Order: sequence, then C-alpha cells, then structure tokens
Amino acid sequence: MTAGRRAPGRVAVHLLLWGYAVVALLPLVVMLLNSLRPTSEIFTAPLGLPASPTLHSYGRVWTEASFSTYFLNSLVVTCGAVLLGTAVSALAAYPLARHDFFGSRVLGAYFLAGLMLPIRLGLVPIFYLMDSMGLIDSLLGITLLYAASGVPFCVFVLSAFYRSLPGELDEAARLDGAGDFRIFGQIMLPLVRPALASVMLFQFVPLWHEFLYPLVLLRSDEKFTIPRGLSQFFGEYTTDWSALFAGLVLATAPLFVLFVLATKQIIAGLTAGMSK
Amino acid sequence: MPRWRVLAVFLLPALLLYSVFIIYPLVTALNYSFFEWRGIRQVGFAGLDNYRDLFGVYPYDQQLWRAFWHNGLFFAGTMLIQNTVGLLFALLLFRYRRGKRFLQAAFTTPYLVDPLVVGYLWSLLLNPTFGPVNALLEAVGLDSWALPWLGDTRTALPIVIVVNAWQWVGFPMLLFSAALAGIPAEYHEAARVDGASAWQTFRRVTLPLLTPAIGVVSVLTFIGNFNAFGLIYAMAGSTGSPAGSTDVLGLLFYRVAFVEGGVEAIGRSSALAVLMFVFIFGVSLLATAYFRRRERMLV
Repeated sequence: MTAGRRAPGRVAVHLLLWGYAVVALLPLVVMLLNSLRPTSEIFTAPLGLPASPTLHSYGRVWTEASFSTYFLNSLVVTCGAVLLGTAVSALAAYPLARHDFFGSRVLGAYFLAGLMLPIRLGLVPIFYLMDSMGLIDSLLGITLLYAASGVPFCVFVLSAFYRSLPGELDEAARLDGAGDFRIFGQIMLPLVRPALASVMLFQFVPLWHEFLYPLVLLRSDEKFTIPRGLSQFFGEYTTDWSALFAGLVLATAPLFVLFVLATKQIIAGLTAGMSK
Repeated sequence: MPRWRVLAVFLLPALLLYSVFIIYPLVTALNYSFFEWRGIRQVGFAGLDNYRDLFGVYPYDQQLWRAFWHNGLFFAGTMLIQNTVGLLFALLLFRYRRGKRFLQAAFTTPYLVDPLVVGYLWSLLLNPTFGPVNALLEAVGLDSWALPWLGDTRTALPIVIVVNAWQWVGFPMLLFSAALAGIPAEYHEAARVDGASAWQTFRRVTLPLLTPAIGVVSVLTFIGNFNAFGLIYAMAGSTGSPAGSTDVLGLLFYRVAFVEGGVEAIGRSSALAVLMFVFIFGVSLLATAYFRRRERMLV
C-alpha cells in the first residue's frame, strides 16, 4: 500500500503473491500432467511427474467415452445460440435505442428485467413447455433456450452502443433515400461490430458451462453437451483417473484457446464503446 | 411498408424468443405453485398449501432450513475468505511492479474453468487415498492434516467454500483493483501529511471510498452463492453428501422438481422456486438500495 516499506514486509508480500500464483495454477497443471500418465502411475505416485508422457487417455476419452460427440454438440448448441441470440438482439436493440415509439420505454424495461431475474427458477415450466413442443432431448430446444437467455444482456449492451452513434447518421441516410433495413444493415450494424464480437464472447462462456438445463432436458448420450456428458462420464469411469483428468482437460481447453485468441478483440470491443 | 410492420420485423423475433423461454416459464411457475398436482395433472386450487408443505411435510421441513442455512454459510464464508483475500490482493498489487500482469492473469485463470470441472477436479485432488493434496500434506510431515476432507460432515462445506473461492477470487480482485485506480492519489497523500498510519489511511480513507465496489461484489456474491449448483453437484452429488452437509437450495430445488418430488413435484418445486425468487431478488434489491445510500453519504 505505502511506498516506503521495511524489507521483511516486502519479502512477505512477494512470497504471498507468488505463492498464491502457484496455488491458483498448480491444480490446473496437475490436471494436465495426470492426464498424460497412466492411472496406475497416478495411484502409486500421487505427486510424481509423468515418467513417459502419453496421449493414450485422450484417445480413449475422445472415442470410447464419446467426447467427440459431446464436443460437437456443445459447439453446435453454443455457437447456434450465440449467433441467434445476438442476431435477434441486434435487431431489437436498434429501434429501442434510436427510435421513440408507442411503448418503447416499457418494452426496453421488459427486456432489461431479464438481467435481474433468476431465470433457472422457471425450469419446471420450461420442461413441460419443451415437452409439449416435442423438444425434450433435442439440441434445437436447448439452442433456443440458450439463445433466449442471452437476449436481455445483448439488448442491454447493444442499445448502449447504438445510442452512442451520432443521430445525424440515420437522417443523412434517410435523405439519401435509404430505407430502415438498409440503414440498419449497411450503416448501423457495421458500426457496432466490435460490440457484437464482445457480446458474443460474453455469452459464449456461461453457455459453454451451462449444466442444469442439459441435466434436465437432455436424455440420450448422443445429445449430451460437454458438461452433461462429463457428469455421466464421471459416474462411469470412476477408477480410471487418467481418463478422468483427460476428460477435464478436454472440457477446459476450448475456452482457454478462445480466450487467448480473443482477448485483444474483447479489449478492442470494450474500449471502442468507452471512447465514444 | 407501414411503420408498425417495420418495427415488428425488428422487435418480434427477440420478443418472441424472450417471452416464450424466459418470461412465460417464470410467470407459469408462480401459477403452478398455487395448484394441487397429481403428476402432471392439476387437480384443484391449492392456495398456499404447497408453500405450507415445504415447511411442514417431511423431509422438506428439515431439508429446506438446512439448505437455506448452508447457503447462508456459503455466502458468509465467501465474503470472509474470497472477497477479503481479493481485496488484499488488489491492495498488494496496486503498487506492485514486477510481474503484476502475470499475477493478475494467474489469479483469474481458474474462473475460465467450468464450475463443474472445478468440482470434479478438486474431488479427485482431495481424494483421501490417491489424491495429491493429502500426499503433499504427508510429504511435508503434516500427517494429522491428511483428512478425508470431502467425506467428513464437518469439513465438507468449508472445503466447498474454499474451492469456490479458489475459482472466483480473481473477480473481486479485478473489481477492487479498478476501484482503487479510481481513487485520487491526493487523498492518500493528504492522509499521510496529516500523519495517518498505513492502517488508518486504509480504514478511514481507502475503505469508505471502496463502498460502491464492495456493494457490487457483495450483491453479485450473494446472487452467485444462492444460485450455486454445478460446483456442489460435482463435489457432493445431488444430495449434498456426506449426509446432506453440503446441501443447498439449488440442489434441493432440483431434487424436489425432478428426482424425489413424487406426484406433488410440480406444485412444491414451483413454490420453492417462487420462495427462492422472492428471497434472492428481494435481498438483491434491498442490498443495492442500501449501498446506494451509503455511497451518497460519501459525497
């Protein structure tokens, strides 16, 4: 806190911070290392390093434990939901943010309310709603549900971005004879592109991790998303620790890759919004 | 094209999706909670019977309060451990130069991991026979500390709190860091000129100015803790083992609705959902209002 510190105090600070960095990262390193060695080795030497690292467990988890299916399902459901949710929100936020019409305030508040509602508590009616539409054990049902859950957040953020664009833009385009859809598609949408990217990324993470909805709404192994598949897999492979660790790594890796690739994009998207 | 039609094209898709899958289920849950059910058949208006059952019928009369108490402990423990440590890290890192970015990234890394994965990972790491945590404790001579952490009713919930804190500590740290960066440096200089000690400066200057950030962190922690599901499901199953010592409202709701609710599952689980909704939403609003008032008293 203060600049002039006694030496022992400073050593303690270094120790605490770097020590905790080890605590934060070591479990993840152990997860990775243990996925690279056979179960027998994990059991005889819990603290050891892999004697001869092998990807054997990954192959088994990927094919035998159908992680390839889970992975594909997660990818389809999450990407589908993020695209759909963002698309409908980008459309809805535009008139809400830039036009005054009868009921626009109320409608805006209606969408915003979703930000504060614990939406999972509607799970029982959702189940029977899906059942009545034949969407139990269906990737389409999950996708629609996920997409809907992202709408309040997307509308909220995108409204703010639309509002930050100068008002003369629409007027000038209208004078040039452009219709509402052209103004939206060719002027507004390209201008909020950085916000679209951030909004999509922020939806992606919780949806990729969503567990309660698939636990209740998906029934068969070939429909499972990664978290749902993982809970199944932990029941079946209880003693095959090498496979368990490999499964955990496979469930985690995509988000790490995404974040390493997208960090710059997030920062660009956020700052683009702030500088206006 | 008439104006209302243009508006409809823009607004209807989102409105439909959101109303059907988010708003309708929540409103319907409220409706369901006032009816008596036999399986999926409504057999009559129940008034508040479903609510009364939650407090009066075995096993809910015991499990509801226990789960509620555990959520309360979970929240208190998280405030005490995760958010205090997050604040401490933010303060220590504030003037820290070497490796600051790396440290911040390291502390926040666990929150990229799925809570379900975190739960499963730690249940393996804490395994009493083959887990590396106890092996490490024994290797450094702390044999008496090598306990069956998740198997003992006394340690299971504290361990859940610590593991949850391990995952999320980067979040309060980042929020407090941002808030600290927003405090004008003159305030601290003025305090020092007046002869305040480091602790006095923190207690009388820094901490009050962090009120808005503390408010945000507290409310979000509250909402997160009372909605907890995946982490505990992975570490303790849907019953909150051992012996219900880690059972929370999220697990209870899932069990009443889909596992052991019987023919009255829909009515009772909906009543539970409404109670949780009112409590979580109500407390969040009250807390937000309270922190707003504290903020206004600052200026």
